[in-house]
Amino acid sequence: MTGVQERIAELYADGWSRIVATMIRFTGGNWDLAEECAQDAFAQALLKWPATGVPDQPLAWLTTTARNRAIDRIRRASTEAAKLREAAAMDPPAPPYTSDSEIPDERLELMFTCCHPSLHLDAQVALTLRSLAGMSTADIARAFLVPERTMGQRIFRAKQKVAHAGIPFRVPPAHLLPDRLPAVLHVLYLLFNEGYGDPAKARLAHEAIRLSRVLAAMMPDEPEAHGMLALMLLHDVRRPTRIDAAGDLVTLEEQDRARWDKAQIADGVEVLERALRRRRPGPFQIQAAIAACHATAADAAATDWPQIAGLYAQLARIAPSRIVELNHAVAIGMAEGPLAALPLLDALAAGGELDGYYLLHATRADLLRRAGRPEPAGDSYRAALELAPTEPERRFLRSRLGRLAGLHSAASRDQGEPRRSPEPTPGSSQ
Amino acid sequence: MRYLMLVCTDPQYTPGQDDGAPDVEDWVRDMDGKGIRLMGNRTRPAADATTVRVRNREVLLTDGPYAETKDHIAGFDILECADLDEAIEVAAKHPMAWTGMIELRPFWPDDEA
Repeated sequence: MTGVQERIAELYADGWSRIVATMIRFTGGNWDLAEECAQDAFAQALLKWPATGVPDQPLAWLTTTARNRAIDRIRRASTEAAKLREAAAMDPPAPPYTSDSEIPDERLELMFTCCHPSLHLDAQVALTLRSLAGMSTADIARAFLVPERTMGQRIFRAKQKVAHAGIPFRVPPAHLLPDRLPAVLHVLYLLFNEGYGDPAKARLAHEAIRLSRVLAAMMPDEPEAHGMLALMLLHDVRRPTRIDAAGDLVTLEEQDRARWDKAQIADGVEVLERALRRRRPGPFQIQAAIAACHATAADAAATDWPQIAGLYAQLARIAPSRIVELNHAVAIGMAEGPLAALPLLDALAAGGELDGYYLLHATRADLLRRAGRPEPAGDSYRAALELAPTEPERRFLRSRLGRLAGLHSAASRDQGEPRRSPEPTPGSSQ
Repeated sequence: MRYLMLVCTDPQYTPGQDDGAPDVEDWVRDMDGKGIRLMGNRTRPAADATTVRVRNREVLLTDGPYAETKDHIAGFDILECADLDEAIEVAAKHPMAWTGMIELRPFWPDDEA
């Protein structure tokens, strides 16, 4: 039984985007119907396969089931519009997924197809994550630091524009790929973050790295594509050590660096250096450089915080955001001490945009604790606790709060990681 | 699909970026020949515009465009294209895309309320 369910989960991870893409084409561009029918096919599989066994060609089974569902739905709908759609859907018969494009990976190709530049960049990314990667609206909303309702409306509006403006679902020709690269990089980045943040979703991180590698090889002249690959490789080495056997978060300084994959670090550093030699720095390259500072430090005490602070300052110039400012403040706090960072954080808090972001409060709490001000630190930990999205993060904050009671001296720092930021920075307070 | 192609001037435009811009006569001939351009014309400037509103059964007229400040519309064309990609390609070939800007508005289909 569970074997069947696991197989279905695997098929969902591997086949969802292909089935949705096939259905988008089949329904003549009705994204909602395409997703619904794909969803329905998986529901049917969960219902039937435990009794019948997994079919020989499960993806074909799922696609056929989704297609039948779509035909059924279109036939049953009685409006003129539906009849027109039916005509569009039936004639010509939807071609099976084939392509002669220059993109050597189907999933990557679908991402480029989905990221149409007539949509706002955020809309391209959100729509691709939702429709193609099958990420939930709630997860996407968290990644963009917006309420779920806002994200739901954004995705809805994007789908409306796709339908109303006649945006085709078509693989773009090679000369248009660079236009779409920033959106595709963001999609990969957020997929990686999803997998990095949740051990249950580790395969997303692997897949994001695999796709980044294909992308970097495909676009050798795009240093940001290489920066992205380096960033992922260098962050990914920490994934096994950032959560302990009990499922608790382990701070960067307490992580067992002996378990970091040295070959992968060397790989990441090499990819980064090759990108930097092109002398066209970008946000992903800078963040990879920050990740490299951490990955190559012999131990936490050897971390080159002044350099990291400088890199964040550079990042803030070319890709300004509140999250980057927060990370910059953390680095200043490490390089120059908590008293140097607290005014930066106060200024950030006064802006109000990060009020709902638990790492703002957690960082502030940590700086206050290190500055020897346990009472306001406690208030900030409690504020962070209310906003933290996952249980390990809440446990971590509770333990910090508990330790605050019996105030201790250590210069240890918590380090949640604002991995859900839409900005290309999985590392915040490392 | 049908698109209204609004041809507009761009006040931000700085001359000298239109090297190689196509000729408008060629564009019209080309798009008419392909059956893409259904109709179109240049329009007189905003100063010659009249804005019409009916409020409480009364016809209210305003001398000039509805938006007081700027009206950059210089002309329009109606396109019949397979999809937005084709419409973008057609618009990008118009000389005013090189020195001004073009807005593509899909038609509201007849079968939708």
